[in-house]
Amino acid sequence: MNIKILGTGCSKCEQLEVAARAAVADAGVEAEFDKITDPAEIAAWGVMATPALVIDDEVATSGRVPSEGDIRQLLADR
Amino acid sequence: MSASVESPQASPGSSAARRWLSVAGAAALWWVLYSLNRPFWDWLLFEVLGLDPASRLGESVHFFFYDVTKITLLLTGIIFVVTVLRSFMSVERTRALLGGRREGVGNAAAAGLGVVTPFCSCSAVPAFIGFVAAGVPLGVTMSFLIASPMVNEVAIVMLYGLFGWQVTALYIATGLMIATVAGWTIGRMGLERWVEPFVFETKLRGKVVDPSVGLTWDDRLAMGREEVATILAKIWPYLLVGIGVGAVIHGWVPETWFAEHAVGPAGVPIAVGIGVPLYSNAAGVMPLVEALHDKGMPMGTVLAFMMSVVALSLPETILLRRVLQPKLIATFVAVVATGIVATGYLFNAVL
Repeated sequence: MNIKILGTGCSKCEQLEVAARAAVADAGVEAEFDKITDPAEIAAWGVMATPALVIDDEVATSGRVPSEGDIRQLLADR
Repeated sequence: MSASVESPQASPGSSAARRWLSVAGAAALWWVLYSLNRPFWDWLLFEVLGLDPASRLGESVHFFFYDVTKITLLLTGIIFVVTVLRSFMSVERTRALLGGRREGVGNAAAAGLGVVTPFCSCSAVPAFIGFVAAGVPLGVTMSFLIASPMVNEVAIVMLYGLFGWQVTALYIATGLMIATVAGWTIGRMGLERWVEPFVFETKLRGKVVDPSVGLTWDDRLAMGREEVATILAKIWPYLLVGIGVGAVIHGWVPETWFAEHAVGPAGVPIAVGIGVPLYSNAAGVMPLVEALHDKGMPMGTVLAFMMSVVALSLPETILLRRVLQPKLIATFVAVVATGIVATGYLFNAVL
C-alpha cells in the first residue's frame, strides 16, 4: 500500500501525516509514505486545497484533516 | 486537536437533540459573556482597582481589556458560524461554477465566491494551477485570489466590532469591486504569456474529491471548533500587540493629531505604500486602525491602509512566484494597489 501526503508544509499537513501513520499502524497494514510538497505535482493530482491524502494513487480526502477513525475507514474500504 | 471524538452511533435521535442543545447552550453563554464585557471591566478596573476613568492610564488599560475580550468573543462566534456555513462550499465547487463563465460576469462571480469559499492562501498555488489548467480564465482566477484574503471573516468581524455595520458593508462592497475590476483588468491585458508555461501544460489526473460532500453535522460543527482554535492560536500575538499599540495611541496621542498634521491628498498613497509590504493580518492591524481613526485620520485613508495590509502579503506573492513571472506579480500588485488607493480617495471624498 502506498500513501501520499499532499501539502505545502503547513501545520495541517503534519497533522494529517500523524493521523495517517497512526491509522496505518492501527489497521496493521504495510504502507510506504510519500510526502508531495511540489505545488505543481499537488495540482496535477487534481487537488486544490491542501492537505490531501492519496491512498494507492487515488485521492481520498482533500482540504481537511480527517480523523484517525475516518482514515481507518478509508483504508478498510479498499 | 487531531484526537477525534467518536460520535455516538447508538441513538441518532437523542444524539442530535444533545448536539443542538449544546450549540444553543454555547450561543447563550456567548451572549451572556458579550453583554457582561463592559460592566465587568468597568467594575473591576474602576471600582475594585480604583483606576480613574478620565485618566490616560485608566482609559488605556480599560480600552485594552475591553477590546481584547470583545474581539476574542466576536472572533470565536463568527469564525465558528462562518466555518460551519462554509463547509457546504469548496474550492472544487467554486471552480465548477466558474467553468464556462465569460469575463466580466465571471470576474464578479469569482470575487463573490472568493468570499464564501473556504480557502487558505497556503493553497494559492495548487488552486491557481487547478483553475487555469481547467480553463478558468486568468483574470477570473485573479479575481478569486484577490477577494479571498481581502474580504475575509476576521477582517469583517474586526470592522464590525470596531466601526459598526455601515463601514463593514462598505468594506465588503468595495473589496468585491476591487477584486472584480482588478481581475478584469489583468484579463484584458492578456498577460497569459507571463504565466509559467508548465501551468497550461499541467494535466489534471485523479478524480476530484469535493471535501464539502458527505459530512455530517457533527463533522461540520467539529470543523468550526477546530477553525476557531486554529485561528485564535495563530493570531493572538498580533491581536495583543495591535490592541496594545492601539491602547497607547488611544490614551496618549491628542484627539486631533492627524487632523492637525494632515498630510493632505498624499495620505492615501502613503498609507497604502506602508500597508503593502507590512505583514500582519486583520486582527493585528485593525485595533491600530481604530486608534488612528479616533485621532482624526480620515476613514478612506484608514480603510485603504487596512485593505493593503490584508489583500497583498509578501508570503503570498513569494508563493505565487512559482506560477507567475515577476512582471505579472508586479502588475498584479500594482493593479490591486491602484484600486485600493482609488477607493481610499473615494471614501475620503464621500464620507
